Amino acid sequence: MTTLSAPPSEAFDDVATARRRARPWRWAAGLALAAVAAQLAWFLVNNDRFEWDVVARYLFEPTVLSGLATTVLLAVVAMAIGSVVGGLLAAAQLSDFAPLRWAATVYVGVFRGIPPLVQLIFWFNLAYLLPRISIGIPFGPEFASWDANTVITPLTAAVIGLSLVESAYMAEIIRAGLLGVDSGQRDAAKAMGLTPAQTFARVVLPQAMRVIIPPSGSQFISVLKGTALVSVIAMADLLHSVQVIYNRTYQIVPLLIVACLWYLVVVTVLTIGQRWLERHFSRGHTAATSARRPTVSTSDGAAA
Amino acid sequence: MTGQPALRVQGVRKTFGDHAALDDVSLDVREGEVVVVIGPSGSGKSTLIRCVHQLEAIDAGAIYLDGELLGHERHRGGLRALGERRVAAQRSRMSMVFQQFNLIPHFTVLRNITEAPVRVHRRARSEAESEAMELLERVGLADRAHHYPRQLSGGQQQRVAIARAVATKPRITLFDEPTSALDPELVEDVLRVMRGLAADGMTMVVVTHEMAFASEVADRCVFMEAGRVVESGPPSELFTAPRSARLRSFLARHHNARPTTSTVESVS
Ligand SMILES: Nc1ncnc2c1ncn2[C@@H]1O[C@H](COP(=O)(O)OP(=O)(O)OP(=O)(O)O)[C@@H](O)[C@H]1O
Ligand SMILES: [Mg+2]
Repeated sequence: MTTLSAPPSEAFDDVATARRRARPWRWAAGLALAAVAAQLAWFLVNNDRFEWDVVARYLFEPTVLSGLATTVLLAVVAMAIGSVVGGLLAAAQLSDFAPLRWAATVYVGVFRGIPPLVQLIFWFNLAYLLPRISIGIPFGPEFASWDANTVITPLTAAVIGLSLVESAYMAEIIRAGLLGVDSGQRDAAKAMGLTPAQTFARVVLPQAMRVIIPPSGSQFISVLKGTALVSVIAMADLLHSVQVIYNRTYQIVPLLIVACLWYLVVVTVLTIGQRWLERHFSRGHTAATSARRPTVSTSDGAAA
Repeated sequence: MTGQPALRVQGVRKTFGDHAALDDVSLDVREGEVVVVIGPSGSGKSTLIRCVHQLEAIDAGAIYLDGELLGHERHRGGLRALGERRVAAQRSRMSMVFQQFNLIPHFTVLRNITEAPVRVHRRARSEAESEAMELLERVGLADRAHHYPRQLSGGQQQRVAIARAVATKPRITLFDEPTSALDPELVEDVLRVMRGLAADGMTMVVVTHEMAFASEVADRCVFMEAGRVVESGPPSELFTAPRSARLRSFLARHHNARPTTSTVESVS
């Protein structure tokens, strides 16, 4: 019956009795990693230039905490505005109305192409180019107008600059996510009689989210670190708040460590949130996903 | 009673670039009738079904459901395209079963079936769920209600897709090669469900290569080639006495591939 060679002996083989393979390279790699970790720990603890006591003293300093709050707030606002605008831009890029597509493509090209640092300085100096900011119909009547110098504070310049950059990146991420959804899903949703809005919100977006979330998480982390740039326009973010202190005390290294520790804490929290979202949106997408409610009886023979 | 057909396709033309996928296609489907569409690959069978369901816009001709023009409305003495929401409302009176099932992966089986009744037809969820459970019972999958589609075999997914299609009590259900993506041993379960629907008097248009099913269930069979309806009539006539040479050679090829379809015997 079988073309494979039969076992030579009359006894049956049983893989349950098999021994594990020895994996010497894994042990070697493990030992090497342990050695590196030990060396690093020794360096961190025994090099007194780190001045861990100074780190501890400033870690919860009120100005540092308020800088941290500013950093987190800026990142969250830039990410929120960036996601919404990015979503609209992605929709525009996928539109079948060509001028909309072109406009979105130019927007993304420009704000993704210019270094964020340059954009921040540019927005901060907007008043030079545009002394008055007004809302109205282009070339027509104005409804309201403000003096640019009072509107463009470090805060608004930072929010505008970071949000614009963010929206350009998010547009690309969201566009790729939407394109990744099988066209059969759109067909099925339409065939069920769902309206375009229902099709998007209930069928397409949840599936696109699986593709959108991982790069968005990285994007959120890079925007968080990107907020450090706003210290150049004298915005009191985390980095700026430790700079103010070390400019006075000259304890540069320990204060930078204070900032690093806080950046790492926030990034870790974000990463945990990202993993949670990934699990949420992978529902039903892996064969191993268990049903939310277990079935009452799992008698298999009932089928057909 | 002898009034208008449930579905009327009239002189429909659909082109992709300069290639005519449908060329002056006309077809009437009466209430309760089962029409099977056969034809070689690329003959426009899927395109026909997709045009009827308004997933593709037609370039000429007209399609009517119960006498109502689909996809367009009369406006200032002419016609103009309907908005997407109105088209969605028209679609909701028909249903479609796809070759690739296209169940929504993040919805459970039960949710896939109740989504349209609840969101589109505004039925109470509890009511929709108990009806969905009855349908699942019928297709033999009641114990899979809370599973996700990926956890089911292809044949099971297709039976869920059929339950989803009929859950809205459509005027007509369109099937595009519902068994072509299935392993041979899973085909029969799906065909059994479809036979049951036909016996209940459901109006159906079925694209299929299952000739035995066609000759047994179809009231009428339509043979398409190169975007045109070449021949149509009761399967007994079409399969035993094909008039056109093209249908003869199509049938010959299919007889070779599937020995069970040589005559009009019904398979139990
Ligand atoms: N979206 C599309 N864009 C361009 N051409 C298309 C498109 N859909 C279908 N066609 C073309 O229209 C013709 C008819 O295609 P259709 O899918 O309707 O054939 P079919 O009869 O369903 O074939 P099969 O039995 O292989 O499913 C083919 O020549 C195909 O290449
Ligand atoms: Mg097809």
